[in-house]
Amino acid sequence: MKKVFGRPEALTDVPTHYCPGCTHGIIHRLIAEVIDELGVREKTIGISPVGCAVLAYDYFNCDFVEASHGRAPAVATGIKRTLPDSVVFSYQGDGDLASIGAAEIVHAATRGEKITVIFVNNAIYGMTGGQMAPTTLPGQRTTTSPRGRDVESAGYPIRVAELLSSLSGVAYISRVSATSPANVTKAKRAVRKAFETQIQGKGFSLVEFLSTCPINWGMSPLEAMKWIDEKMSVYYPLGDFTRVPEVG
Amino acid sequence: MGEKVLMKGNEAIAEAAILAGCRHFFGYPITPQNEIPEYMSRRMPEVGGVFLQAESEVAGSNMVYGAACAGARVMTTSSSPGISLMQEAVSYMAGAELPCVLVNIVRGGPGLGGIQGSQADYFQATKGGGHGDYKLIVLAPASVQELMDLTITAFDLADMYRNPVMIMGDAILGQMMEPVIPGRREKADLPPKTWATVGAKMRPKNVITSLSLDPAKLEQHNFNLGKKYRRIADEQVRYKTYMADDAETLLVAYGTCARIAQAAIDMARERGLRVGLFRPISLWPFPYDALQQTAEESLRVLTVEMSLGQMVEDVRLAILGTKPVHFHGRTGGMTPTPREVLDEIERIVEEGI
Repeated sequence: MKKVFGRPEALTDVPTHYCPGCTHGIIHRLIAEVIDELGVREKTIGISPVGCAVLAYDYFNCDFVEASHGRAPAVATGIKRTLPDSVVFSYQGDGDLASIGAAEIVHAATRGEKITVIFVNNAIYGMTGGQMAPTTLPGQRTTTSPRGRDVESAGYPIRVAELLSSLSGVAYISRVSATSPANVTKAKRAVRKAFETQIQGKGFSLVEFLSTCPINWGMSPLEAMKWIDEKMSVYYPLGDFTRVPEVG
Repeated sequence: MGEKVLMKGNEAIAEAAILAGCRHFFGYPITPQNEIPEYMSRRMPEVGGVFLQAESEVAGSNMVYGAACAGARVMTTSSSPGISLMQEAVSYMAGAELPCVLVNIVRGGPGLGGIQGSQADYFQATKGGGHGDYKLIVLAPASVQELMDLTITAFDLADMYRNPVMIMGDAILGQMMEPVIPGRREKADLPPKTWATVGAKMRPKNVITSLSLDPAKLEQHNFNLGKKYRRIADEQVRYKTYMADDAETLLVAYGTCARIAQAAIDMARERGLRVGLFRPISLWPFPYDALQQTAEESLRVLTVEMSLGQMVEDVRLAILGTKPVHFHGRTGGMTPTPREVLDEIERIVEEGI
């Protein structure tokens, strides 16, 4: 009998702590499949964030480092500059990357660090219990925006993919979601391209996932998927973001 | 032994790091230590190393964290406000037991403070600075030669104990020029870095983290750290004395202040006063026992610092109330003169306190 489906070698055989309906699990699997397909597991070093994915090092079967809140791109820089032939990826949420780590991600991108960033944007602080994130949509209710995000006082959500795509060190950026089999297929293609971009030494690569947080959104898993398609994808359009060519 | 060369303190630190095999430097400009990143930006490419100017001390210290995870000999340097920004990474590196060398060319504080030399970061360096139960090994050179030699030593200590090591200088030491003999690294018997995250090839994966959600496990981790710190305290106490054998008045000072104290002692000896110096070189581990023994026959102790009085608390812990411990300090970037230290010596001797 031929085995047609199994656990990727780059994932460990343990249950994750993620909530039902959260797409962290799908995203983990896509990364692991890409690592396997590219045959780079033995030279891959992952960096986990502070947030829901802090324990990602328990789930990936490769060397892993846990970074402080928002600093994963700096830690990744230190690793990659020490081991230029390795494959280095950070896995960060929206609070981690777009709020406290905004400086580190911008500068890693503009330096063209040859790293891959998997950016999981669920428009909320999940781990700490559903507070407003830099990516929380206007009007969206959270535990620290109980009347809905008021852009007059809380400002506007950050479009990370668009923001970073203006930087010349960036070689590849894509925004994807995992709300349907078709979107999962596209997402995997983007993850693969991001890793290939790094391996080919072209520069900085990032894949932004629009991801669910049914518990903190107060929705069923299905409603959460729908909310991404109908609300988040409007503010955060899916697709590739063209690299701005170097001038001068 | 190499030939004597004239070097600035900050440059001696940088060259010492190269001599120690450091090939990764991450830093951010701040006065009065800019000669170090400038030197590294020239020198690292010559030796096939990495120089990277970070976007902040926060990022730079986390790049150090990453390079240390990957097994590099790595250093960053800064001055007081920048070192404050690094405390997050310092705590994480202590927690994850990562070796690295940090240099603080201390300037006056608090806040933005000034840019003249100070010793007011003693508490931050030796008592914590970042959060949690941890210790840095802290070395306090008092000359350009010692800046070089102790920087080389610092890399070996970091690797030996898997712990961050701090060189604590000040603006005066960093800026002064003195002849030095370029140090040579003794062959140290260092453990292999089997824990480094360099890719899980032919072995189970390595994970570096300071997270431990189970308090019983975290307590055990802290107990293990405590055991390591006690071992360091047993093995790495460093100090020097000057005319301390017959000293009725024993001065205690480190770094720049030790040199000023030494000049004051020479003047006092000319006046027939029996004064000597105890100079801690390792600020952590602090030489409590050695100081207590050295001060045994003394009538009094005088601590001289460029601060409101920080190390003096450790001096009091060493002396344990057996004799008076006096303090003379200048702060905010002001430096005590040998003359004013002499005045203080004469005052306490005359008053018999």
